[in-house]
Amino acid sequence: MHSEFEVVIGLEVHVELKTKTKIFCSCSTEFGAQPNTQVCPVCSGFPGMLPVLNRKVVEYAIRAGLALNCEIAEFCKFDRKNYFYPDLPKAYQISQYDLPICKNGYVEIEVDGEKKRIGIIRAHMEEDAGKLVHQGTITSSPFSLVDLNRSGVPLLEIVSAPDIRSAREARAYMEKLRSILLFAGVSDCKMQEGSLRCDANVSVRRKGETRLGVRTEIKNLNSFKALERAIEYEAKRQIEAIEDGEEIVQETRTWDEEKQVTRSMRSKEEAHDYRYFPDPDLPPLRISREWVEEIKKNMPELPEQAKQRLMERYGLSSYDAEIITLTPEYLAFFDQCVALYPDAKTVANWMMSELNKYLNQNNMEITEVKFRPEHLASLLKLIDNGTISGKMAKTVFEEMFNTGKEPEVIIKEKGMVQISDVQTLKGIVEEVIKNNPKVVEDYRSGKEKAFGFLVGQVMKATRGQANPALVNELLREYLSKE
Amino acid sequence: MALTIKEVEHVAMLARLSLTEEEKKVFAEQLGAILGYVEKLNELSTEGVEPLAHILPVFNVFREDEVKPSPPREEIMANGPLTEDGYYKVPKIV
Repeated sequence: MHSEFEVVIGLEVHVELKTKTKIFCSCSTEFGAQPNTQVCPVCSGFPGMLPVLNRKVVEYAIRAGLALNCEIAEFCKFDRKNYFYPDLPKAYQISQYDLPICKNGYVEIEVDGEKKRIGIIRAHMEEDAGKLVHQGTITSSPFSLVDLNRSGVPLLEIVSAPDIRSAREARAYMEKLRSILLFAGVSDCKMQEGSLRCDANVSVRRKGETRLGVRTEIKNLNSFKALERAIEYEAKRQIEAIEDGEEIVQETRTWDEEKQVTRSMRSKEEAHDYRYFPDPDLPPLRISREWVEEIKKNMPELPEQAKQRLMERYGLSSYDAEIITLTPEYLAFFDQCVALYPDAKTVANWMMSELNKYLNQNNMEITEVKFRPEHLASLLKLIDNGTISGKMAKTVFEEMFNTGKEPEVIIKEKGMVQISDVQTLKGIVEEVIKNNPKVVEDYRSGKEKAFGFLVGQVMKATRGQANPALVNELLREYLSKE
Repeated sequence: MALTIKEVEHVAMLARLSLTEEEKKVFAEQLGAILGYVEKLNELSTEGVEPLAHILPVFNVFREDEVKPSPPREEIMANGPLTEDGYYKVPKIV
């Protein structure tokens, strides 16, 4: 529709590092505590307090940097970013300005089978601000309430290059970033709890143009869906404005989830004067190569490696392997199941169809599933040894998902055992043939469809418990006889 | 050399200060004098001197990632001019 325009997107992602304590003090970072109960003089900005850096934050930052193919700086420091805002008690945020801990990395994404590398300009450590609680909506609230529990929680800000060209690529990048950080074990990446947040810089330009257009920054993107929709909306808005001869204003916009639009928050003209300077309270860091090597050595398996392993060892398709390696927990479930039931493709199919169906329906994560990987393995074995049919297994699976009961127990309770007794089935097959002379005639005159109907009749007569392979075999035998 | 009135207005805006026209003139002079004084440092030759990120030759000062209990909320919030339900209450922003 707007094919003469190109959308240029860069993402700034803030990820909360999953340390037990804050970046510069020993207050807990646990989510969900009563407001202002995890604060101390350091993180609520009392005058004269001294920050002391949490070693684990640096370790996680290095680990994340390595997982994102970044260079790890030998020397880096913290700087003060000065601005006034009620969620920022010191009136400056401790961040990293010109010497970030990680730079020049990349993430590989795949959209519609096409691989693409998205550059990462830098990733730096910083402290989170507090949380503002608004009464009513963000713009109509009469006053704001401040909770400083989040103030001082360690963040890694990951800045992508403007390499992203569509809302779908942006989403793919975010999803890949999330899975890498999850596998690296540096963050929980829970968007709904704010431990993974994203701002999008969006601009458009006519194709062939090499200069970047004026960009807007979109905030309040709290889900993958919001990210995708907001970018689609914003790109369209900018293209229409340009086509109408308007100029795009550089500004910060917020995504209105309810109305599904982006709205202007504030103009950036005066906002960008943060007067960064090195924080005199924090000595700089010298990051030894030994430390980096040690972290590299202990790096857990990353999604890309896991994906390769699934494709090479089990012959899974790239698409299937990608889905299974979205989170480490999902992959662990798969691995544990395959250890007991080695037909990996079947395991993958069951997880991606049945398991994902119920996970999506119930809006659940793999970690919340009631049954264990060994239960799925048992279920698949019960199909193989003919105890139940594939169709019955789906019913058992649903019950397993809802109750967490073992498949054998469910089968017993429901009296679901498959009928594989030839004599019993022969009787039923004869009956069905006798009762459907017209259909039998159709089949014999070459209508293959009629066969399916007859199978269905046998299944119906046995309430789905007949062994389908055996029914097929018997029916063909009888039908070819006369 | 005195700052321009525009520069004073910019700095005042960043510091959330509202100044009278008279004050702007005074501060333009005074800030100019301070900057002029600091400017003297530029007369020093710093050739062959490595830039410093910190005045002390100290690196890698860490704490371990161990939780310590935070002080009671009432104590921490005692200086808050306006509070409600365990929150600081501030004038509407945005």
